[in-house]
Amino acid sequence: MADHAQSAPGAGGTRRDFLYLMSASAAAFGTAAVVWPFISSMNPSGDVLALSSIEVDISGVQVGQAITVKWRGKPVFIRHRTPEEIAAAKKDDPQVDPANPKVIVANPAGLRDPQTDASRVQKPEWLILVGVCTHLGCVPLGQKASDPRGEYGGWYCPCHGSQYDTSGRIRKGPAPLDLEVPLYAFETDTTVKIG
Amino acid sequence: MTAVFKNPVIRWIDHRLPVFSYLQHEANDYPTPKNLSYWWNFGSIAGFMLMVMIATGIFLAMQYTPHVDHAFNSVERIMRDVNYGWMLRYLHMNGASMFFIAVYIHIFRGIYYGSFKAPRELLWIIGVLILLLMMATAFMGYVLPWGQMSFWGATVITNLFSAIPVVGDSIVTLLWGGFAVDNPTLNRFFSLHYLLPFVILGVVVVHVLALHRFGSNNPTGIDMKGPQDSIPFHPYYTVKDMYGLGVFMLFYAFWVFFAPVALGDPDNFIPANPLSTPEHIVPEWYFLPFYAILRSIPDKLTGVLAMGASIAVLFILPWLDRSPVRSGAYRPAFKRFFWTLVFVCAILMFAGKYAPANYWLPFELTIVPPEYMAAQAHLESVDALWPISFAGGHFGIQIITLGQIATVYYFAFFLVILPLLSIFERTLPLPLSISKAVLESHGGGAQSSSAAAKEKA
Repeated sequence: MADHAQSAPGAGGTRRDFLYLMSASAAAFGTAAVVWPFISSMNPSGDVLALSSIEVDISGVQVGQAITVKWRGKPVFIRHRTPEEIAAAKKDDPQVDPANPKVIVANPAGLRDPQTDASRVQKPEWLILVGVCTHLGCVPLGQKASDPRGEYGGWYCPCHGSQYDTSGRIRKGPAPLDLEVPLYAFETDTTVKIG
Repeated sequence: MTAVFKNPVIRWIDHRLPVFSYLQHEANDYPTPKNLSYWWNFGSIAGFMLMVMIATGIFLAMQYTPHVDHAFNSVERIMRDVNYGWMLRYLHMNGASMFFIAVYIHIFRGIYYGSFKAPRELLWIIGVLILLLMMATAFMGYVLPWGQMSFWGATVITNLFSAIPVVGDSIVTLLWGGFAVDNPTLNRFFSLHYLLPFVILGVVVVHVLALHRFGSNNPTGIDMKGPQDSIPFHPYYTVKDMYGLGVFMLFYAFWVFFAPVALGDPDNFIPANPLSTPEHIVPEWYFLPFYAILRSIPDKLTGVLAMGASIAVLFILPWLDRSPVRSGAYRPAFKRFFWTLVFVCAILMFAGKYAPANYWLPFELTIVPPEYMAAQAHLESVDALWPISFAGGHFGIQIITLGQIATVYYFAFFLVILPLLSIFERTLPLPLSISKAVLESHGGGAQSSSAAAKEKA
């Protein structure tokens, strides 16, 4: 290109430079406008987004039992916790500022991702979590009575040995964060809507 | 041959792998005749359409399901639910038509200006091969939405191979992977429809390599004789190509955004039903001329052979037209026969579109069933009608007869007219050089002598 620009009179700022700049901008803008629909088509489609919430009947889940349901293609753990499990979870709670429960003032149990048990449940006996290890996405064990649950009685991830407590908080192993709590609401005492 | 680059990284790479030198030589400096008209834009437009088809196709394949139970619905899902899925699909659907428009213009330009003649015979043959590959790809792509026309088009076209004596039926069974067009057929068509565009891409690269051996032909049909006859490809033809491409994209966008289904068949919006054939099966517009040739001949095997021959004749075109003058601009008789060929191809397209028994009333611009013509002529049966009829003052010609006349001209043009013209035509004097021709057309000096037609041959 530079070779031909020489034919224009004067050094910089010729009409030809202006034309090059305008053509290149138009081409860049046009290309971006074309590329966007292609990229966007790979995002979740309308029919996928339409399946983003489910209702679960939890009337049959006894104390100490847990069920796994599928939500957005991922497992959701619903555990009906025993009073001992609730107590164990509360025992390791970090201390929070009473005026603002989001501010942690002390963390005696040394939690990696400190959260109080109360902030992770709506009803203490029902713990609802996305059952995906925050390390690399495996599904932790601990839903069945025969599963290993790790040292803290919660969940144990077989892939790289992450251990979660009875509030689903990360306690040991490589995972960086607590198990995610999905958006949910109790529609009745026995029905919960997830998503 | 190696160019000098300022950027040290480019220089380092170019010394070891002279890809930049090659590009500089073949896409930048590449000496091109300075008199190319806009008819020379359609090669690059066709290349652009191939890219569009591959890009949209790859993204559509991410959403499509090649299974008889899901194919139709997966296409509807692309249309309704996938983000911009409607746009990708309409770009792809109409892109096929645009690709054929560009390629057909490109081919007719090649015939008119003698671009197939020595030393560009192989370039031409590779081009015809691209056309064949395109036809196979387009046909298999049309089957994928699994609508009624997809299914029955696939059935009819694969059945063409049953015309082959002895082994025909076995070949058809092999193509189907079963006893009818079914899931195995759909699966293999999807696989091949994804593969063939990349094969086309490879052949296009060979096409361009062959082109660059002697460079582009030009409207005068005479060779470049020196630097005064040529200009570098960049920026002169990159700009000209981009301008033409912009205009063509406006045309393409018109179809995509304002008439996206106008070129398609409404029957293909009905899911495929192997138990019920649509009343009237027609291929897409770009196959209509070949379909008309097929139907013109009432014998199965001969019809299929004639359709194959209509493409095959293009392969031997360089040896049918032996006239030493390349460009039609200097061949007064050829010019007339050429435009008649273009018109005849349009007639074939028209004849392929309508049911063969119907009558076309050219003066009334309408098409009527044979029963109407019989009633006009006070005949008791349509069997008593002539193919060309003046029934009750209505001049009508039967669609099949129209197709037959056009088919005869199509083959006569290549097999009879061109060889005879090569011997008997009195051509006009050629300009001395491309430069002279350009200057003359702008009011330059008079022409006294003429150049030899094909020096490199």
